[in-house]
Amino acid sequence: MTVTVPQAPGAYLDHAATTPMSSAALEAYVAEASRTGNASSLHSAGRAARRTVEESRETVAAALDARPSEVIFTGGGTESDNLAVKGIFWGRRSQDSRRRRVLISAVEHHAVLDPAFWLAGHAGAEITLLDVDDTGRIDLDALKAELAVGPEEIALVSVMWANNEVGTVQPIRDVVRLAHAQGIPVHTDAIQAVGQVEVGFAASGVDALTVTGHKLGGPVGVGALLARRDLPLEAVSHGGGQERGVRSGTLDGAAIRSFAVALHDAVTRRAERAARFAGLRDALVEGVRAAVPDAVLRGPDPAAVTPSGAPARLPANAHFTFPGAEGDSLLYLLDSAGVHASTGSACQAGVPQPSHVLLAMGVDEADARGALRFSLGDTSTRADVDRLCEALPGVADRARAAGLVSTRPLTGGTA
Amino acid sequence: MRVLAAMSGGVDSAVAAALAVEAGHEVVGVHMALSRNRDQFRTGSRGCCSIEDAGDARRAADVLGIPYYVWDLSETFEETVVADFLSEYSAGRTPNPCVRCNEHIKFTALLDKATALGFDAVATGHYARIEHGPDGPELHRSPNDAKDQSYVLAVMGPDRLARSVFPLGHFASKDEVRAEAERRGLSVSAKPDSYDICFVADGDTSGFLRDRLGEQPGDVVDTDGTVVGEHRGAYAYTIGQRKGLGLGRPAADGKPRYVVDVDTTSNTVVVGPSELLTVDRIDAARATWLVPAPSEWTDVTVQVRAHGRAVPAQVRATSDDGDPALEVRLGEPLRGIASGQSIVVYRGTQVLGQGTVAGARRERASAAATSSAEPTAAAARA
Repeated sequence: MTVTVPQAPGAYLDHAATTPMSSAALEAYVAEASRTGNASSLHSAGRAARRTVEESRETVAAALDARPSEVIFTGGGTESDNLAVKGIFWGRRSQDSRRRRVLISAVEHHAVLDPAFWLAGHAGAEITLLDVDDTGRIDLDALKAELAVGPEEIALVSVMWANNEVGTVQPIRDVVRLAHAQGIPVHTDAIQAVGQVEVGFAASGVDALTVTGHKLGGPVGVGALLARRDLPLEAVSHGGGQERGVRSGTLDGAAIRSFAVALHDAVTRRAERAARFAGLRDALVEGVRAAVPDAVLRGPDPAAVTPSGAPARLPANAHFTFPGAEGDSLLYLLDSAGVHASTGSACQAGVPQPSHVLLAMGVDEADARGALRFSLGDTSTRADVDRLCEALPGVADRARAAGLVSTRPLTGGTA
Repeated sequence: MRVLAAMSGGVDSAVAAALAVEAGHEVVGVHMALSRNRDQFRTGSRGCCSIEDAGDARRAADVLGIPYYVWDLSETFEETVVADFLSEYSAGRTPNPCVRCNEHIKFTALLDKATALGFDAVATGHYARIEHGPDGPELHRSPNDAKDQSYVLAVMGPDRLARSVFPLGHFASKDEVRAEAERRGLSVSAKPDSYDICFVADGDTSGFLRDRLGEQPGDVVDTDGTVVGEHRGAYAYTIGQRKGLGLGRPAADGKPRYVVDVDTTSNTVVVGPSELLTVDRIDAARATWLVPAPSEWTDVTVQVRAHGRAVPAQVRATSDDGDPALEVRLGEPLRGIASGQSIVVYRGTQVLGQGTVAGARRERASAAATSSAEPTAAAARA
């Protein structure tokens, strides 16, 4: 059977939102979905399904430098983050009731921020947002200082491996070193990082790590939380207890198999992908700067490296603010020109909000409203970048004209 | 033309967008987000501004196969429509927020942004007709008397009218619009109409005003100054209001009492018999005209409520300290005219202009003051 992956029309520069399924992942999905069997059933059909799941678990573990028993399959990144934040909080607090503080970076995805603030509202948690610098990188001294204040009261630290908006790669090993010195477990959301930078569960020392399928060529609706066996972790959803007793629900063998195939492929080809993305990204950054000279690149310099020599920015990410323009105008005009980008921040009923990530980086609210994220994937080409750069000068001019209109004082009395 | 279809999530704007598409225009659907905290806005089936309504608008755009965006106009809405609503009530007047929304939001903020982004016109689901007369576009009543919205549209100037499209202008009934929606598979076809003020979440205007303006207890007095009751804030009362006065004792003559004056400076509500509500002269401020302003007394009809009746009158344009104003001689007396209401001037079906009532009085002593008929409507709003 051959399955072809349909290409999005136009220049698709929103791979960080979701990226097309690879042919191999799609074939694996379709093949598996045509079989019947519940991995929890004891008959031969169930055993076949179980085998698929366990082989996939081994694949996922191998790709991420973890043990198969550390892999908990979930319904995707948001579920994994919720399980980590709430599950570790509850697990650690049930061991010691003083542990009610949660330390998270100010630039976390809403899938981490919102469960943390939910715990504050419903379970007596106290949230500390860790500052970042103007590139979005966490302030390790601030973390150290927070850890020193009553470490016995801290339930967990959660810092993303790399930021989804501006691509900043965080110093996860340093975070782990500091937190572990106080005996505090660390969760990291590595959704954007896997397949772009080296991500090793064991090597990094993190206690829990979130990964999802649809950002690396797998299907939507499947992911995993890697969690050390000795990590106190309470269930968030209750039922059959299929995954280590902390995650219930019939296992989706087709999605899991497809996810494992995509993850294996993305990690195996990571160096080659990263080099290709970085080349395209550099062309994109150069092109955008040439098209709109006052556009401001947000996040780390693409050439910057961390002290260990790794890239400081995800190679597939570029992010700009366009002074005087609003993100929703830019999006509409680019969409009309066949270019698909994103403001990068969360929406409420489709309304782009000023990004909490940019605000945490010290960008003022007016500038934050004019943000666009461009993100690359395996199907990206130089032609996509060229199409963006051709459209941009006109788009930016027009968006600015609209921005002026909407900030102009309105005529007519309001008494 | 490139047309931006304003899509509230209701059936009217969905059909308007559909008709714009079928007329061959290049159409993009835009839903206006008017509150950052959309839970504050009416949810369920009766509003136009909840997240559910945004979802309905998105689905309608999907069915029509047009792009769909949400534009955040919440700050402008708060600064104009809501601020005007509060300051008008604070001053003892009775504003029409739908008029202000058309003035500041739909046909200014939305239309200007659309124009800047390259659109030729904005299409809305309003019931009113735009006719292209010898002197440019004319605004006319809808043939559907019950739904006619020319009253709330009169505030837009001629240049804005020229960039507007009302595809429902010729529909004679809402049922026809619903049938058109159903025929196109638009799931909003059976959605109930919205009536109330979108930003007053539970329809409780007094409660909303109390939340935003604070409770300000004061006296309710009769026309000779006798205290007959108390209130929680004079701003929440409207001239002509009869219900909710909470008066302990009936009037000496046993007749119903109405609010005849609201003085927010002394925080006093004055009640009296219905005769005191009768007026035959109206002065209006903030006048705008869709035709050349009439400097001489001109025979017209005027309408003072969104769903009120037009009455014969004479009008002329005047000036209030240099700002355009208008004055009206009513051909027959009207009752319960509150400052802040819009007064719209018609000739036949055509809208000539409008203003905001600044004052109303009785000039001719004979003016039907002895009638005991009830005022036609207690509240001035649509």
